[in-house]
Amino acid sequence: MTAKAWKFGDDISTDLICPGRLFHLRSNLPELAKHVLEDADPTFASKMQKGDFVVGGRNFGLGSSREHAPTIIKLAGVQAVIAKSFARIFFRNCINVGLPAIELDTDKINQGDELEIDLGAGVLKNITQGTAITFAPLPPVMQNILADGGLSEHIRKHGDFKLK
Amino acid sequence: MGQTLSEKILSTKCDATVYADDFVIARTDVNLAQDGTGPLTVKQFKSAGFSAVAKPEGTVFFLDHAAPSPRRELSNDHITLRSFCDEFGCRLVDIGEGVCHQIAIEDHVRPGDLEVGADSHTCTGGALGAFATGMGSTDVAMAIALGKTWLRVPQTYRIWVTGKFPLGVYSKDLMLHLIGMLGADGATYKALEFGGPAIDTMAMAERLTLANMAVEAGAKTGLFAADEITRGFMEQMGRVNEFREIAPDADAVYERTIEIDASKLVPTISFPHTVDNTRVITDAGDVPVHQVFIGSCTNGRLEDLRVAADIFRGRKRARQTRVIVTPASPRVLRDALKEGIIDTFVEFGATITAPGCGACVGVHGGILGDKENCLATTNRNFKGRMGNPDAFVYLGSPASAAAAAVTGKLTDPRDFF
Repeated sequence: MTAKAWKFGDDISTDLICPGRLFHLRSNLPELAKHVLEDADPTFASKMQKGDFVVGGRNFGLGSSREHAPTIIKLAGVQAVIAKSFARIFFRNCINVGLPAIELDTDKINQGDELEIDLGAGVLKNITQGTAITFAPLPPVMQNILADGGLSEHIRKHGDFKLK
Repeated sequence: MGQTLSEKILSTKCDATVYADDFVIARTDVNLAQDGTGPLTVKQFKSAGFSAVAKPEGTVFFLDHAAPSPRRELSNDHITLRSFCDEFGCRLVDIGEGVCHQIAIEDHVRPGDLEVGADSHTCTGGALGAFATGMGSTDVAMAIALGKTWLRVPQTYRIWVTGKFPLGVYSKDLMLHLIGMLGADGATYKALEFGGPAIDTMAMAERLTLANMAVEAGAKTGLFAADEITRGFMEQMGRVNEFREIAPDADAVYERTIEIDASKLVPTISFPHTVDNTRVITDAGDVPVHQVFIGSCTNGRLEDLRVAADIFRGRKRARQTRVIVTPASPRVLRDALKEGIIDTFVEFGATITAPGCGACVGVHGGILGDKENCLATTNRNFKGRMGNPDAFVYLGSPASAAAAAVTGKLTDPRDFF
């Protein structure tokens, strides 16, 4: 599905995605999702359209282990998070909640570019610029978890982690 | 082929000889979650259809981030966790009973353990010679249910520390220096393994600060060999029977070795809004400090409070600077009471709060005002971290924090020795 890129900078922490001051909303995810990325871009939650992409720089998602951060990005309707690099826990959490996290050089992607992603082929098409960027596949265990729609579903289906 | 600490521990936990970059399914010994991540852990455990906990004695839930609860919604989250623990026989560490990572190292983590926690600073347990790492709620929910998790065995950076720490310089300064050097993502996916003459003689409290902040360089964990100092610590905690020695092999393969001479270190401060934005105190400039926070899983231990109290004794608090002290556990609080440290804090005009995460995480108990600066002994200074995106958090050692409380601005603590 073709959708718009929302460009963010380097070091977008989980505090910027899901602020600690909204700690009390963590058991009310639809409400919390209205504040997604609020401290990085206060207009994002109200202006983004379902299917849009979040595009970050280096070390996207650093900080706290709060899974609520990728959960509310997904709940807001974001199709995938694309960044130059990810913080480890956030990356793992994205896959666990069934939100594709794609590592590639995002320098040439501009705010508002129309993007299209082919996860199986490992290609990101930039429709606006008429370019395509390839990206490396996830390790098999993460591919399996993502294909099942998240870790909870993966375990419900297989009863264990499928490494291969 | 020789093994690093990570390779050794994870080999034991998956019954195979594994090395960096292998993917393993490994048995977990300690699983923890707190009141910010626990309710989602419980939800995921239930939604995956589980009705039993693999290892109740190694599964612990903590009410530490919002303790005592400042809001009705959070009180209800606490009910969720209390009921889960009641139902499944897990340990509940209630409000005021301590910060999760402090209680984990006082009561649970053993050398050679695999500890997973739904809190990024779970890596603290690495100071005892465990493989300890932070994960999300769902990962921990599955570990609680299955008694295992999947991991990629990390490559290791050997952090080799020599030399004697100068007076007024601590492991916190070493860690901020290292993170400044590596960058906030400089060790992503790696394990940091600390060693060298300065580590061999380093007290457990100082080691814990290093392990705690491994994640701030992006690392998966920070580890130490379990040695005589570890044994002494476990004896103090009343569980020396759970001690066992563990050390990396002499021919272990490290991706990189970083040598640091502790005698050359100076007090170091992380400036807003990233931990790797470090400056030595002598380059800090004129920065007023409105709030000083001494506490957290990074620096809320007795040794940290002692350093601050030594600076406070016989001095006056700067009028424009408020001071909040949050001991990391009831044990720390009681020991501090016995030593007269709490009395010194009260005399100085500090606010003492109940053991917990307190002001660090921005839920309550020390939220900053607009454009205010806080010098905290904690591990993170991200925008919004202490509850206000329009405030500024600086990080430093307990000595740097105490010095700022006296002068009202960023100050070289070495002037107080």
